Amino acid sequence: MPASPVLPKLVGQRVKRREDPRLIQGRATYVDDIALVGMQHVAFKRSDIAHGKIRKIDTSAAAAMDGVEAVYTGADIAKMLPPMPIGTPFPSPEHRAVAVDVVRFGGEPVAVVVARDRYVARDAVDAIVVDYDPLPAVVDVEQAMTGKPAVIHPDFANNLAVPLVPSGTGVTLDGKVDDSAVDAAFAAAEVVISQRMVNHRLAPSAIEPRGVVAHYEPGKGTMTIWSSTQNPHILRTFIAALNGLGQDQVRAIAPEVGGGFGAKINIYAEEYVCSAISKALGIPVKWNEDRSEAFVATTHGRDIIGYVDLAAKRDGTVLGLKIRLIADIGAYNMLLTAAIPTLTMMMANATYNVQAIRTTLTEVFTNKTPTDAYRGAGRPEATYFVERAMDMLARELKMDPAEVRRKNFIQPNQFPYTTQMGAVYDSGDYGKALDRALQIANWEQLKKERDAARAQGRLVGLGLSMYVEVCGLGPSAALPTGGWEHAQVTIERDGRISATTGASPHGQGNETTFAQMLADQFGVPIEHITILHGDTGVVKQGIGTFGSRSQAVGGTVMHLAGAKVKAKMAKFAAAMMEANEDDLVFENGTIAVKGAPASAKPFAAIAAYAYVPVPLPPGLDPGLSEEAFWEPANNTYPFGCHISMLEIDRETGEPTLLKMFAVDDAGTLINPLIVEGQIHGGLAQGIGQAMIEEVSYSEEGQLLTGSFMDYAMPRAIDFPRFEMASTVTPTPVNPLGAKGVGEAGTLGSTPCIVSAAVDALSEFGVKHVDMMLRPEKLWRIIQSPRQSSGQGGRS
Amino acid sequence: MISTSFDYTRANSLEEAIAWLKESRGSAKLLAGGHSLVPLMKLRLSEPSILIDIARIPGLAGIKKVGDKIEIGAATVHHDVATSSLLRDVCPLIAEAAASIGDQQVRNRGTLGGSLAHADPAADYPAVMLALDAEIHIKGASSTRISKARTFFRGLFNVDLGPEEIITGVQFTPIKSAAYAKLHQRASHFAIVGVAAALEIASGMIKSARVGVTGATPSAKRLTGVEQQLTGAKAAAETIAAASKSAGADLEDINSDLHASEDYRRAMIPVFTQRALAAALARAR
Repeated sequence: MPASPVLPKLVGQRVKRREDPRLIQGRATYVDDIALVGMQHVAFKRSDIAHGKIRKIDTSAAAAMDGVEAVYTGADIAKMLPPMPIGTPFPSPEHRAVAVDVVRFGGEPVAVVVARDRYVARDAVDAIVVDYDPLPAVVDVEQAMTGKPAVIHPDFANNLAVPLVPSGTGVTLDGKVDDSAVDAAFAAAEVVISQRMVNHRLAPSAIEPRGVVAHYEPGKGTMTIWSSTQNPHILRTFIAALNGLGQDQVRAIAPEVGGGFGAKINIYAEEYVCSAISKALGIPVKWNEDRSEAFVATTHGRDIIGYVDLAAKRDGTVLGLKIRLIADIGAYNMLLTAAIPTLTMMMANATYNVQAIRTTLTEVFTNKTPTDAYRGAGRPEATYFVERAMDMLARELKMDPAEVRRKNFIQPNQFPYTTQMGAVYDSGDYGKALDRALQIANWEQLKKERDAARAQGRLVGLGLSMYVEVCGLGPSAALPTGGWEHAQVTIERDGRISATTGASPHGQGNETTFAQMLADQFGVPIEHITILHGDTGVVKQGIGTFGSRSQAVGGTVMHLAGAKVKAKMAKFAAAMMEANEDDLVFENGTIAVKGAPASAKPFAAIAAYAYVPVPLPPGLDPGLSEEAFWEPANNTYPFGCHISMLEIDRETGEPTLLKMFAVDDAGTLINPLIVEGQIHGGLAQGIGQAMIEEVSYSEEGQLLTGSFMDYAMPRAIDFPRFEMASTVTPTPVNPLGAKGVGEAGTLGSTPCIVSAAVDALSEFGVKHVDMMLRPEKLWRIIQSPRQSSGQGGRS
Repeated sequence: MISTSFDYTRANSLEEAIAWLKESRGSAKLLAGGHSLVPLMKLRLSEPSILIDIARIPGLAGIKKVGDKIEIGAATVHHDVATSSLLRDVCPLIAEAAASIGDQQVRNRGTLGGSLAHADPAADYPAVMLALDAEIHIKGASSTRISKARTFFRGLFNVDLGPEEIITGVQFTPIKSAAYAKLHQRASHFAIVGVAAALEIASGMIKSARVGVTGATPSAKRLTGVEQQLTGAKAAAETIAAASKSAGADLEDINSDLHASEDYRRAMIPVFTQRALAAALARAR
């Protein structure tokens, strides 16, 4: 037998993404590439005011246009679809996919056109005339809490979607609140830091906007829906329910998805409407979001104010923490809207052994696009509030920002560590990550560089931030959708492997990492493996990709399904080779008896035997395909440390990020190249938020940043080189030891950059400045009379 | 792009394009790089019934030396201006301004003539044209004419160009001691304030100065107060600092938007005037 090539082990290697050649050559298939015979095009008439009563909608001119198939108002759609469901247990006002009586944010759908092509559809939209009675726009979230200038939903007094919810020390499951420990901590404090901080609103801005093709086949009574979604199985569940179909009658397909960042978890009005229209008309229909729509119709992220109080001793020991959170959730609850800010509460303990924490959360409706998950989803906000407060403490005590943190770390021997917020941190070594970051940044030298620059009159500052986040989302007790994942691994008759995953990727590189794992598991070339995803007709079950869970949960179940089919294949091999199945080695495309390489049989030969098993070994059924469900017992808690150096132009206030260092601990790394790419993307979005990205509304509730001419999408030229390193602290939560990394970069970067800006402005006595670091804002600080004390928070 | 429907035609000569413009009775738009026009069409703020593509008219693009002057064709893309070794050598001001426009994709498509005709209040080229005292060459149905930059920019999106006229190019005397300094708007990379300055220096004295500002007002303007203070003065850093101090103080109608208030823009005019002048002076040495 010819010698097989020796196959290298791939897990842990920098394997290039198998997805990339088709993506960068324009050979991938996105929703907009789907074309079906007889397909009609849908366009939405959207409200151009933030708040108002619909007096009258005149669709007659649109309906009369050549090429227009149908026009629907909100009232028409309400007959076809029940109100939109949400995925959290919070109370929620009725939310119709298309507004019926009242519009509550600019961009809310008010009518729908179905037409021959996109252009006719858009022309018809322009021909629809809507007559509004404008109502006062609720824009300022803290004013909104007083019911002024209007109440958006009659059943939600003072616009409170979720009135004050407490959590932390002394809060019991039955809702009782005992403040004594927190009060005692503040009574014992030698120094108290108090600051209002704004974590402002962002537009997720995936390069591929959303899109839907819905195809109801009346003859079969089944629906196929293509959508640019992060979770086709969840989409299927909701589309079936709202269209009165069974889940067996709906097939949901996420083809190539050009970025999601959390905003494509939601099931949106457009998905419901397209499916309902296709069912009503019996024809396939398509809708593709244009960029202007994406800014108003796709959920926004962040937008939460934190009133932070931190109690400490003068030696830097943190005694207690209070954070009062006010979340501006926009006009409606979407799928996870109400739950996102609870993650901010959940992570208030950060990396610190603080024993007294009180957080409270109020969620408020305003006349803006609804918020929901955006990369990091609640955890970057927590990190920002706590880390900025830690930095202010260091500044107040004239301590090194690294040392004040080190003094308060949860120690490695304290894991698993139950926080005051009820989270159980799985594993961690925060001191190690901090040390590594100080080392790669050359911290002492960096401080000298800063001081030398200052001596020349330059405004240069350093920022440092720790972070810990919650990833690998599960178990089911923590996720209303179910906190598991599913995989099926099939050894095909020719010995190649196809595997399905419910963790539907949109940039995570699962086709590569999962194939790396299977290649090692079976000892076959990675080229012989295909990872299938994103189609409920192919992938039996799944939850989806969000919360940095695809590797930790989806990767684990892939490994487990692989183990099952490997065990069965070993039985076939043992029978064929008259060997003991426990003595077999899978390597280099063969299966051999351990220590007897001459016994090796080609992998493909065993596969072929399993499908034509003559004779059929006793106790075995033919075939090699096994599936697995698995859910973790707990989340994972990756962590890290970011350091930045930033300069502010004394004359203009323009900030320039000079250096950025990131040390991330995501547990065991399957593919360090993909991990670095994920961190790069996360850093870009974190730095973007800190420095240039901000969704702004006028006092009338008009979106002022409705295009990339005004909303600054970060580009490569906006960044210095990222200097990165990792520490590896495996999680005990899953057998891979992998924690998750998709969101990590967004966590440490914002506080680290703002702290660097405050450091750069230290000669002006500034203690805090809100993001984003708009040049004019910084210039005004530089221009203002110097403050010897007091809070410098401006926004 | 979901614009209103339109026809498209490609002109092979200026005469052809002008004839079609005339025929369309104002419903046509000229298309070159499309980087100002197409975004407006996408938003349906511009709804031309026909686009006349002039980008490939022979001879309309190119950078050349004509006697002691430089001519740049209207269809020349920003990237070519930014990377021209001739311009980098004899008139770095215009190359560096072109290099600061938008991003690489914009620079690969956007054209000089398009930028001038559109006259966005925050565009970079208008300030440069003012500082170079450039001549804008214009062709109409029956004649050609020249409009001096100084009178070409009339107001917000308003230039000295008739409905049946086409910008064919610009001509200017190159000057090495000239520079462009700009405060970038970080989303679009248009100028919040951009200042182009050109200094003619002889025997250590400033013989003449031309300073153009963009982004600050509805259309690009010369900073005549600064120019007067500089003219005849010693070519030195102190002169520049003194002349820059009140730059733009006499301007009315300062722009204000999401990215920068009127106060801030006003304060940035002296800063960028000083920077442009200092860089221009440095190039004189």
